[in-house]
Amino acid sequence: MTMPWRRRPAYAGRGRVLVPFSGALDPNVLEAAIRIARADEAVLVPAYLLVVPLQYPEDAEQKEQVARAMPLLEAVEQAALRARVPVDARIEKGRSPTHALQRLWEVERFDRIVAPAVGFSPKELAWILTHAPAETVVLRPAPWLAA
Amino acid sequence: MRGRYRILLGMAAGVGKTYRMLQEGRSAHAEGRDVVIGYLEPHDRPETAALAEGLERVPHLRAGYGGLELQEMDVDAVVRRAPELALIDELAHTNLPEARNEKRWQDIDEVLAAGIDVISTVNVQHLESLNDAIAELTDVRVRETFPDTVLEDADEVVFVDLTPEALQERLRAGKVYPHERVQTALDNFFRADRLSALRELALREVAEDVEARRQSVVLDPLSARAVAERVLALVDLEPRSQRILRRAWRSAERLGAPLDALWVRRPGRELSPEERVQLAALRRLAVVLGAHFLEEEGDDLVAAVRRVAGERGSTYVLVGTPDESRRREILRGSLVSALVRSLPGIDIRVVANRADREGRA
Repeated sequence: MTMPWRRRPAYAGRGRVLVPFSGALDPNVLEAAIRIARADEAVLVPAYLLVVPLQYPEDAEQKEQVARAMPLLEAVEQAALRARVPVDARIEKGRSPTHALQRLWEVERFDRIVAPAVGFSPKELAWILTHAPAETVVLRPAPWLAA
Repeated sequence: MRGRYRILLGMAAGVGKTYRMLQEGRSAHAEGRDVVIGYLEPHDRPETAALAEGLERVPHLRAGYGGLELQEMDVDAVVRRAPELALIDELAHTNLPEARNEKRWQDIDEVLAAGIDVISTVNVQHLESLNDAIAELTDVRVRETFPDTVLEDADEVVFVDLTPEALQERLRAGKVYPHERVQTALDNFFRADRLSALRELALREVAEDVEARRQSVVLDPLSARAVAERVLALVDLEPRSQRILRRAWRSAERLGAPLDALWVRRPGRELSPEERVQLAALRRLAVVLGAHFLEEEGDDLVAAVRRVAGERGSTYVLVGTPDESRRREILRGSLVSALVRSLPGIDIRVVANRADREGRA
């Protein structure tokens, strides 16, 4: 039986808003990123940055981190889809969060980057602001996280 | 026939592994078995020494090292003596340079190969795969390590347990180290938080070992084949395939099954730049998840899935919710029904978008 092939996806040609994070994602940041993506009629790209410690080979399995990333990405994806914002999630690995980020934006285009202030060190945030290939917004944490 | 190997695993020195090994040796001896002590670490613990009394000791090798006279187990002497059971302490020990084997666990391997049963002891911090975790926990990098396969290949691994508080009490009472070393030990390796973490690691190690044995022993090869699962995720060059692959990974993890991801490419199809990005992203995700990414070319999607599922031994196929129009479904049939008809004996799961569930905020 020959099956029909898919139509051109509705995601094609849209802008892309990257939300990198690892460990957890502040709900305020997610909400803001969804609002930005909706206003830009863009695709939201939540990217879980998976860090492979130096003592392991780069292709070593990181089951615990992957298991942590899965429900987070699922939650982010559901929140975006409920808000009618198309979503295209990623898990990227590297030796550090910034290494994983750099790898991601070397191979994919992003029109805007929404980075949570919590979860990145000041040095990493400075690196993101210096090297990001698109307009970058660093969002302050929710008050209870900042406290 | 190879001897039986029983390993007594503990969280740290002083929990009573050597004592337990000698107790087991004594009761085997009392039951009439031929038991010898292949090697006993000279810990200067009177209770341990008393328990060793009456058990035959195979003479050790003596060698000079850095001006000291040191002793090693004499493997050849143990093998020549050919007892039914040899008690050999501290399997992670590093032998002197003159010895034939670098490590004692290698000596034990020779003893087992000679058909002699062995009971040995070890602490969890020597396990190779835990070396980094232990270093982080204790700030001590353990140099004497042994491969995880030693535990896996042993016939039995028994956890010798003691609460951190009880071990600290033993330490304070001078039952583990001489009094002058006690406070340093309590302030460093034997801190309660570190002992708790080590105990948890050791318990987890033994629990995983028990689980692995249950799976490999309970199921005979025929039954294991009958219930073996293999998951196949059908992906396309679109964002939701990331979700399908992630869900497939979770199913595969729960089933303890390997995961394959299949993309069927229409012959001669030119990929748009966006599709190339999606393909590369799917490949990267497959690497992160430890899945095998398969690319097939064919006009007939269902035939390609059937062929790959047959070749890979898939038992479980995950597919995204088809976005076919009702008209096309009536005219040409739905993908899911075609898969169900074409893949008898294989479970099909349609991966939905959870955000579509009704009654959700």
